[in-house]
Amino acid sequence: MNKTLTTITALGIGCLVAAPLIASTPAEDQAAWQAYFQERFPQVPKDDFVNGVYCIDPVGRENWEAIEEFPPYETALSEGEEMWNTPFANGKSYADCFPDGPGIESKYPHWDKERGMVVTLPLAINECREANGEKPLKYKKGPIANLLAYMAYESRGQVVNVEIPADDPRALAAYEAGKQFYFARRGQLNFSCASCHVANSGTTLRTEILSPALGHTTHFPVYRSKWGEMGTLHRRFSGCNSQVRAKPFEAQSEEFRNLEYFLTYMNNGLELNGPGARK
Amino acid sequence: MLLVSPQLRGVAAVFSLSLLMAPAVADMPDIALNGNVDAGKEVAMTRAKGNCIACHLIPGGDSPGAIGPALIAMQTRYSSKADLAKQIWDPTVKNPDVVMPPFGKHGILSNQEFVDVVEYVWSL
Repeated sequence: MNKTLTTITALGIGCLVAAPLIASTPAEDQAAWQAYFQERFPQVPKDDFVNGVYCIDPVGRENWEAIEEFPPYETALSEGEEMWNTPFANGKSYADCFPDGPGIESKYPHWDKERGMVVTLPLAINECREANGEKPLKYKKGPIANLLAYMAYESRGQVVNVEIPADDPRALAAYEAGKQFYFARRGQLNFSCASCHVANSGTTLRTEILSPALGHTTHFPVYRSKWGEMGTLHRRFSGCNSQVRAKPFEAQSEEFRNLEYFLTYMNNGLELNGPGARK
Repeated sequence: MLLVSPQLRGVAAVFSLSLLMAPAVADMPDIALNGNVDAGKEVAMTRAKGNCIACHLIPGGDSPGAIGPALIAMQTRYSSKADLAKQIWDPTVKNPDVVMPPFGKHGILSNQEFVDVVEYVWSL
């Protein structure tokens, strides 16, 4: 390669690589993201994206609506309600940690300025337990998914409203880390989350229709037929990592909490509709 | 992009050039492209192997996906079997934004499975 060409190439690539340094603001990202999916699926009313793939798959939707007649997450709801109402050994209960009651999902995830980290609802639940001398719950399935199901149900109809406070650059950094995670290729198969759920949403992988990313966080926890049980959002993240043959991060790791922060922020303005039922 | 300082651009350029050179080590090795069509078909149709059918329509394949182009008339689309093989080895060389996994470069297929699937796709 001659010198001039090398310089031109270097400059060109330099510009490309440097672009993220002056990247768009979260608000611009969110507007572009929501507009992208609305343009890609003009037949879908915006508030229907909370229904995942069923907003673009009429046959799947019929089955799903039939399933919702007797929701597979009902047992989880009643068990979660019982957990909420059962005092800890010290006599206190979840209500002492969450004085506004169980319907508080729209307050999560949020940026905790004092701790300098994203706090999710499952994390807050376990911190409540530990503060009251109880063992923390496992984060992917089981009792925590039941409690989250009950809390999600009590939060239905609330609107996603994640904030990225402008007065703490670390909040923006956490958002950017989540965004980077979403768009970064990983694993032996070299897919990013966006490979399937942005660029190829609505197309088919064999006979499976790839769901649009817009609305992805609103309905968790979820009863997934493939699992035959309830699971949390981070369980799903973990499954996606495995599917692209990457080593999954831990549920409630900083990586997954930041990813949740980014992905939930992208859904601002949509209604919470958890718990959900999915294939 | 115009706001980026020349220093930053220089740093980024050096950094990205080093990235650009990295893939050279994963170039397709010099392997004889003399695979078996039937074995290659098995690789293409099997989920844990090539799973080409997940994204590509293939004549004779059931329930294909629709993410990639149909695998038909391959010999009119690639100048040689080696050219097709390079594409399957690492399609990000021609198009960095492509979704298709780098089947050779990432060791998704063994060399034998790789030459077999190349033979099969070349036959379509």
